[in-house]
Amino acid sequence: MIPAAFEYHRPTDMAGVLAVLEEHGDDARVLAGGHSLIPMMKLRMAEVPHLIDLQDVSGLGGIDVRTGEVHIGAMTTQTEIIENAELAQVCPILKEAALQIADPQVRYMGTVGGNVANGDPGNDMPGLMQCLDATFELVGPDGTREVKARDFYEAAYMTDREDDEVLTKVVIPAHGAGYAYEKQKRKIGDYATAAAAVTIVSDMGKCVQASIAMTNLSDTPVWSEAAGAALVGTSLDDAAVDAAVSAMLGDIDPTQDNRGPIEFKKHAAAVILRRAIARAWSRA
Amino acid sequence: MKDEVTTREDRVEALGGMGCKRKRVEDARFTQGKGNYVDDLKLPGMLFGDFVRSPYAHARIKSINIDKAMAVDGVVAVLTAADLEPLGLHWMPTLAGDKQMVLADGKVLFQGQEVAYVVAKDRYAAADGVELVEVEYEELEVLTDPFAALESDVVLREDLQGDGNGLPDGAHGPRKHHNHIFYWEAGDKEATEQVLEEAEVVAEETVYYHRTHPCPLETCGCVASMDKVNGKLTLWGTFQAPHAIRTVVSLISGIEEHNIRVISPDIGGGFGNKVGAYPGYVCSVVASIVTGVPVKWIEDRMENLMTTAFARDYWMDGKISATKDGKITGLWCHTTADHGGFDACADPTKFPAGFMNICTGSYDIPVAYLGVDGVYTNKAPGGVSYRCSFRVTEAVYFIERMIEVLAIKLNMDASELRKINFIKKEQFPYKAALGWEYDSGDYHTAWDKAMKAVDYDGLRAEQAQRVEDFKAGKTRKLMGIGLTHFTEIVGAGPVKNCDILGLGMFDSCEIRIHPTGSAIARLGTISQGQGHATTFAQILATEIGLPADSITIEEGDTDTAPYGLGTYGSRSTPVAGAATAMAGRKIRAKAQMIAAYLLEVHDDDVEFDVDRFVVKGAREKFKTMKEIAFAAYNQAIPGIEPGLEAVSYYDPPNMTYPFGAYVCVMDIDVDTGVTDIRRFYALDDCGTRINPMIIEGQVHGGLTEALAVALGQEIAYDEMGNVKTGTLMDFFLPTAWEVPNYETDYTVTPSPHHPIGAKGVGESPHVGGVPCFSNAVNDAFRAFGLTHTHMPHDHWRIWKTANELGLHG
Repeated sequence: MIPAAFEYHRPTDMAGVLAVLEEHGDDARVLAGGHSLIPMMKLRMAEVPHLIDLQDVSGLGGIDVRTGEVHIGAMTTQTEIIENAELAQVCPILKEAALQIADPQVRYMGTVGGNVANGDPGNDMPGLMQCLDATFELVGPDGTREVKARDFYEAAYMTDREDDEVLTKVVIPAHGAGYAYEKQKRKIGDYATAAAAVTIVSDMGKCVQASIAMTNLSDTPVWSEAAGAALVGTSLDDAAVDAAVSAMLGDIDPTQDNRGPIEFKKHAAAVILRRAIARAWSRA
Repeated sequence: MKDEVTTREDRVEALGGMGCKRKRVEDARFTQGKGNYVDDLKLPGMLFGDFVRSPYAHARIKSINIDKAMAVDGVVAVLTAADLEPLGLHWMPTLAGDKQMVLADGKVLFQGQEVAYVVAKDRYAAADGVELVEVEYEELEVLTDPFAALESDVVLREDLQGDGNGLPDGAHGPRKHHNHIFYWEAGDKEATEQVLEEAEVVAEETVYYHRTHPCPLETCGCVASMDKVNGKLTLWGTFQAPHAIRTVVSLISGIEEHNIRVISPDIGGGFGNKVGAYPGYVCSVVASIVTGVPVKWIEDRMENLMTTAFARDYWMDGKISATKDGKITGLWCHTTADHGGFDACADPTKFPAGFMNICTGSYDIPVAYLGVDGVYTNKAPGGVSYRCSFRVTEAVYFIERMIEVLAIKLNMDASELRKINFIKKEQFPYKAALGWEYDSGDYHTAWDKAMKAVDYDGLRAEQAQRVEDFKAGKTRKLMGIGLTHFTEIVGAGPVKNCDILGLGMFDSCEIRIHPTGSAIARLGTISQGQGHATTFAQILATEIGLPADSITIEEGDTDTAPYGLGTYGSRSTPVAGAATAMAGRKIRAKAQMIAAYLLEVHDDDVEFDVDRFVVKGAREKFKTMKEIAFAAYNQAIPGIEPGLEAVSYYDPPNMTYPFGAYVCVMDIDVDTGVTDIRRFYALDDCGTRINPMIIEGQVHGGLTEALAVALGQEIAYDEMGNVKTGTLMDFFLPTAWEVPNYETDYTVTPSPHHPIGAKGVGESPHVGGVPCFSNAVNDAFRAFGLTHTHMPHDHWRIWKTANELGLHG
């Protein structure tokens, strides 16, 4: 648990960050809350000759609730998400999910940007962002570009972000829908055995819009378009929910680990999704 | 000095003696981060050691190249077996009479085995050096299954093959196969098998107690410092038995024992993990001797989980016979014990399976047999007693599962079956079929109190309703009621049958009373969180009449403390606690003579009263212990040497047998396998209670570790011998989140042979807790045809049970 030697950079603005990234390419990594990267470095599973600490870079924090959308700076911590009353009004699922991430000590340090940018399939925020159809803002040498969360994840730890880019912001449409983040885990601090993010909009007793994403059931988060579609137009009768669960099971691809074999994970995923749908519908 | 105005009750209270909830004196420093642990030690010029470890579970070592590592700036030395061999230190004796490689000698036998030891000027350089040691391995066939190991042609321990004229005996007698370690038995096999054959009812089950690991917050480590000027070696470390470590270091290094000083500073939990001797200690000592400067070695969490001291890994085949109406007639158990690559179990020499022969439990079983086969596999060595006396948790888990299995076979209530078979109060002292003589007990009283406290009949009625509701589709949650009545055997132990490596398992206390009436007492034990500085002072306060707050308890420095075998197996109170009381009584005997002299009466005319000696029949005439202490040093008393000191080495006449009655009420979500512990009631009888608050804390801690083991904590291997649970991500360590509210209760049945009647309590809740949690899980599925399912009961295994019973539709 002793990392290899590295150079520590602590720039104060984005230009400084980009300069180090440009100079060192994939030998450099940015550090946000450090809860994924630092353990990897200590295990010597990630070699990072140049570590760029983002904590002094201005303009990367803050939660900005605007009309119809929420802007969350990459360095915003999970605790800040949990404690922001305005955010809890317009996008309550964020708080519900953040409270299920790790433990209070970790949440004081762990950031939204780090959680979504690292590409760890166990992280909770990527699936949530896909469910909410969030957009990630990336800053690089050629300026700023936006990528949909649903297009961002390629494989475990592989994302659309280039080595010389920094994820600076998450923009989330205000959902105004029934919602639920349901997670089964073995213990506090664990990644999900299965987790589901669900939003449902209802009108006159019918579902008019639904979005479903699953966490830690594939090498990327899984936004199951078909699962959401199976609910739309129904009053969430058993057949509709069965169809959504069935569609979701077709989209996930879990692997065996200490949490259990594939068969169990699929079963748990179905149970968790049913519970999430029921709770979201009760709030819709 | 005279204090006639205070009442006797006031004087008792002022002592802070036995029975009071004295606050832990250790906590002021621990809660402020002011503890002094081995890794806090910083000595001038100190070097740091780190291990190159094997990635393979079984491999031959073709070559080791240290050139690149030596080229790292700051690396001072890289030790391999070849460097240790001239010193005879490339292997070391284990506590079980086997030997273990200090550094890989030609091959490795488990993943994580120590291959080379890098010594560097800072911790980072040491780790960099480890990365650059080049080891060429030739992989060998891996054996992780003990049953397969006993059939395999693959020889794990080539060093034990002998000269070709048959397999040499092991430390515990003949070996049946080259991967076999020992066969050990207790009881009467033939008579037991005959009873089974003729029995009206026989229940059979294989009960696996999985491999796990004690996980103290502080990992193992040491600092070795060889002073070449005066020839003295000082070894600070996380040792649960500092004197035993000193003797072992002396025996294997040849350094005379008076030139070795072993110091256990504050220790952040032990639970058996810190009883054994590890390669890190030997390498650090050698490195300090070679370099002439201190060398520190601290293992990290992964090293701790993967290499130092596993626990359990017992496959227990059981048969239990009874009459149709539930009177048990016999118990048969054969255990296959997976000991890993070296037999490093920490058991008394004559007991290679520890006190597994307490497995007749709390029950009056007329005839029994226990046989244990120890087996080598490609797993880490250890076999320590994780928060239990030697293999007692295995024994109690076995019998408490077999009782449940028998209850199912008899279609009988499991509480009723226990009550029919408990050893009765009037049967104590009770000679058990497997050899032990239980000193005392009152099981029916404890059990009835527990059943009443939880409203057992009400719980069963609720459970029956739940089953109906489940079958009717009204709920997806089942309810389990876990019962356990455990009997422990702790306080090892009588020197006539308990020794480790020939070291008798007595313990000791040495007391010095200072002239102004305060005292220091030193013991051969060492607290790792048990609160000895608090409780031993309470014992002494009551025995010698000086306030506990005026008594310093010191342990862990072999230069100052009397010889003792350390702290594990709940032995501190039964053995060192007894020594403390006995030494205190020697103080009191001398104080009585001094008091009589001062009061100008005959010795027999004074008697002890709380904190003083009073003249019989004239209680207004007295001398306080404080006054007596001053006189002892400063007044010439004819025929009495100055000073007030005493030492006692206590060899207990018997073990102690704490017991308890536990109940767990659990809800189980059959669809996800998630458990919810609704209630946990723990009644403990540890004899005389020294400090109820510390007892309660010990019970909470022990139950929490029991919950961990029962519900998920394991060291699991894949078929290649890779450890799958090497970090706290996968190794379950419960936090406040996972822990239920515990209800504690007690009865008091003092030990008849212990000077103060105390029996020890630190491990009872673990020993009793594991079967209680497990029985609750099993019980939840009893109505659906389950007889037994193995621990750990994590989500997916519970789900699998439900699935196999057809509960998922």
